[in-house]
Amino acid sequence: METLKFEFPAGQSPRGRALVGGVGSGDLEVLLEPGEAGMLRLNVVTSVNGSAARWQNLFERMFREQTPPALNIEIHDFGATPGVVRLRLEQGLEELQLEGAFHD
Amino acid sequence: MTDTARLLQSRSFIELGARQRARALLDQGSFRELIGPFERMMSPWLPKQGIVTQADDGVVIAKGTIEGQPTVIAAIEGSFQGGSMGEVGGAKIAGALELAAEDNRNGIPTRAVLLLETGGVRLQEANLGLAAIAEIQAAIVDLRQYQPVIAVIAGPVGCFGGMSIAAGLCSYLIVTQEARLGLNGPQVIEQEAGIEEYDSRDRPFIWSLTGGEQRHVTGLVDAYVPDDTETIHAQIRTCFRQGKPALERSRRYAWFLDRLGRLEPEQPIDAVTVRDLYAAGDEGGVK
Repeated sequence: METLKFEFPAGQSPRGRALVGGVGSGDLEVLLEPGEAGMLRLNVVTSVNGSAARWQNLFERMFREQTPPALNIEIHDFGATPGVVRLRLEQGLEELQLEGAFHD
Repeated sequence: MTDTARLLQSRSFIELGARQRARALLDQGSFRELIGPFERMMSPWLPKQGIVTQADDGVVIAKGTIEGQPTVIAAIEGSFQGGSMGEVGGAKIAGALELAAEDNRNGIPTRAVLLLETGGVRLQEANLGLAAIAEIQAAIVDLRQYQPVIAVIAGPVGCFGGMSIAAGLCSYLIVTQEARLGLNGPQVIEQEAGIEEYDSRDRPFIWSLTGGEQRHVTGLVDAYVPDDTETIHAQIRTCFRQGKPALERSRRYAWFLDRLGRLEPEQPIDAVTVRDLYAAGDEGGVK
């Protein structure tokens, strides 16, 4: 098990928070909460050791395409593949948008 | 209706996660989670052993209403560590049941539903998990004096270990075909008895002995329902409307002991033998 920290430039802080996934085999849990404006912070706890470069690449690819909202994201990973990680992150961001629309 | 049409219309309960299950059972808009995942009340013991924790420790406590009546639901997430009971998750369930009993002493008729998907104690937390299960059992016995405590074992994990005793203490127990209920899990029994006697990989054999249908026909559970959210919901409402049972199953122990006394342990015991044993005579009031 190891804990990894990542930071990326971000936009505005959204309203609301979201939880997706779970710490089951091959899955991960993602908690998304509003963060400091302009900054996306990710805290990853993963059961797979030596995977820092893989996470870095995955996040870079994802956030290069689109500037993410300012969030504190906590990930509890139980051996999810990069594809599953990306799906869960997108699901979390989508739920935040729905939550934001609900508040507006 | 064709089987296909029925399948397309039904909404699986087994496929729902713990939080979705609780939400599906409570009256719309009444769901409120207590000690939710964002409070980060996590197991302090798993990280010390190199195991990733889940933000809710695999237990969802939801307060709300069913048919307008105050209800608390404790739902176990079977996919996290086999739904095992650790210090935190166990304390969440015990605390919720204790508060429900306290509500009743203060004139608020709070009822409880337990959604059990658990292999029993979390071995990594040892005695702390066992202590929590003992607290859950004591709290069920306390609360059931005031209101029905309903347990649902839907599957796929089933309910084993100390938590199977907790299930047996509930006022009503509801299962599906996918459910299993037993003190020891199949692999533990295989290890003890030998694979010749008990092959844990033989699924039809395992379900024939510990599956939901067998547990229903032998009187160890009250209701056997299909895996459909609305049907399970309706069964819970029916049990609540019936109110407290005249005599809880765990207080009918004399009848069960009498039946067990008629078993011949030297003879191989199969599913049919057990059914016949429990079906002969119904003076125990088994449904």
